[in-house]
Amino acid sequence: MTVADGRHTRRRTRGGPSTRSPRRTARRETGAPFLRRRVNLLYLPAVALFAVFTLYPLVSGVLISFTKWDGYSPDRTFVGLANYAHLFTDPLVGTALVNTFIYGFGSTILQQVIGLALALALDRAVRKRRTGGRNLARAIVYLPVLVSPVVMGTMYYLLFSYSYGGLNDTVTGLGGERVAWLSTSGSAITIIVIVNSLQFVGISMVIYLAGLQSIPIMYYEAARIDGATGWRQFTGITVPLLQPAFATSIVLNLIGGLKLFDVIRVMTGGGPGYSTDSMSTLISKFYFDNQNAGYASAVGVALFVIIAVFTLALNAYFNRRRLEIA
Amino acid sequence: MKRALSRTGLAAGLIVACVVQLIPFYITLTTALKPRTDLSSQWLFPTGGVYWQNFQTAIEDGGILRAIGNSAIVTLASTILICLLGALAAYPLARRETTGNRIVLAGIIGLIMIPPLSILVPVYTLMVQLDWINTYWGATALMVAAQLPLSVFLYASFMRSLPLSIEEAATVDGAGMLQILFRVVFPMLKPVTATVIILTSVSVWNEYALSVFFLRDPSVRTTAPAIATFFASQGSDPNAAAAAALLTVIPVLAAYLVLQRYFIKGMVAGSEK
Repeated sequence: MTVADGRHTRRRTRGGPSTRSPRRTARRETGAPFLRRRVNLLYLPAVALFAVFTLYPLVSGVLISFTKWDGYSPDRTFVGLANYAHLFTDPLVGTALVNTFIYGFGSTILQQVIGLALALALDRAVRKRRTGGRNLARAIVYLPVLVSPVVMGTMYYLLFSYSYGGLNDTVTGLGGERVAWLSTSGSAITIIVIVNSLQFVGISMVIYLAGLQSIPIMYYEAARIDGATGWRQFTGITVPLLQPAFATSIVLNLIGGLKLFDVIRVMTGGGPGYSTDSMSTLISKFYFDNQNAGYASAVGVALFVIIAVFTLALNAYFNRRRLEIA
Repeated sequence: MKRALSRTGLAAGLIVACVVQLIPFYITLTTALKPRTDLSSQWLFPTGGVYWQNFQTAIEDGGILRAIGNSAIVTLASTILICLLGALAAYPLARRETTGNRIVLAGIIGLIMIPPLSILVPVYTLMVQLDWINTYWGATALMVAAQLPLSVFLYASFMRSLPLSIEEAATVDGAGMLQILFRVVFPMLKPVTATVIILTSVSVWNEYALSVFFLRDPSVRTTAPAIATFFASQGSDPNAAAAAALLTVIPVLAAYLVLQRYFIKGMVAGSEK
């Protein structure tokens, strides 16, 4: 990657020896004028690692997606766009796609609502200078973030299990019939969304809390003097000033929800049938259970495209919003 | 009156949130302390003393202690590499903002978007070719590749906030690039290094989506796949699975109790773009 040095206003020949002249020329560059181009060698180890373990797989994944291949034998047949054509009509992919969106958007909405509500409650507690219980509450709500989603899924399975779960204990104790929480696809999908949301709601909460605490209290006092109600203060001051926090939290939660894998595998395994599979769990099933590597790779490419499109679109939207506010 | 009501409401809301978050831990604890034959409600602690056999089963049949050791090895190796490679890569990207370097940095940050499962087929094929399946090495390489983009991004953002004058002074004194890096720049990076260590070690310790496929052998398996496998094999004995889950949570809980403030700070710092 040869890039013109840009250190001098009158350029020398490209790639020429870069002399470290003490002459101060007007630079439009930020950064360190004393660094030679050689300093770029420092990112070679990282870039080499990405090249082998991320970029090469990304490219070869696209190539594999144009073939029919079982994943291990030497014979790969080129089938062009057949895998992609199949993908658009495959009911399993259709179900997994809908589920992926439910997991992604469902979790994101739940996490923003609960996370912001908790952050507001904690923020009020701080401003009223009662912080003892507040730190404990923050620590407890945040705790599941540090636990592996697999372990979290296992713990919640103990609660929702048909035969021995704590929830059915309560139901039968009240004289009801046992409920098949995790083997009915509708309730299983709902439970997975709730479990994923509760586990990571702490992240949204601390992001919003940090955002709230950076808002000067003067703004609220001024608004109160002008006679603004609590709701008017919230919509007029809090929401606009939380824009950066909204952007961060929403993008993080959405990526996390769209690529959901661990919790589903532990709690339902994608079952009953394929009814609770996400794109991620479906890829692993197509590859390892059905020995259908070419098709699994095509689903992988589709998942990557979906996540990239949503992330870039959200980032673009929030950046525009930020400019409007500033 | 109205104010007192709203204050009670706030407190009640926070208490409900805490109780909800603690339910799974509570259920797991009561389950882990009872024998399978104990059919009392999961909401109750055992009445006839604690049944320690579950933990023994988890350790002997589930290989949970071995898994914790494996997780420690992979997490330590990955975290060291992620800090070192991340800081090295971030320095030129933060300090020499040429067009090419901007593109490289944007590209590296873009890698954060790639879901691990979307490249499962090619990565697995590559690991088979390298013969790195079921090796600490292979797992570490994948963890580093997955977590390094965030590390580079955090180091680069932090370095931009450091004053240039110190490095300039060192240059005037005749220090070379590597000398400046190791003696001047790296010592200033302690706060961001703490953030990177916390974020990456938690992610790697809890990682499942890759390790479940690349570490299948019980001798190298880390905690997340070990728990999942043990739980699946213990279909009729949730009590031992609960004990295993508790055992893997204990190291994380201990770290959290000691470093709680850093964990939360680190997460906020790591998420602010």
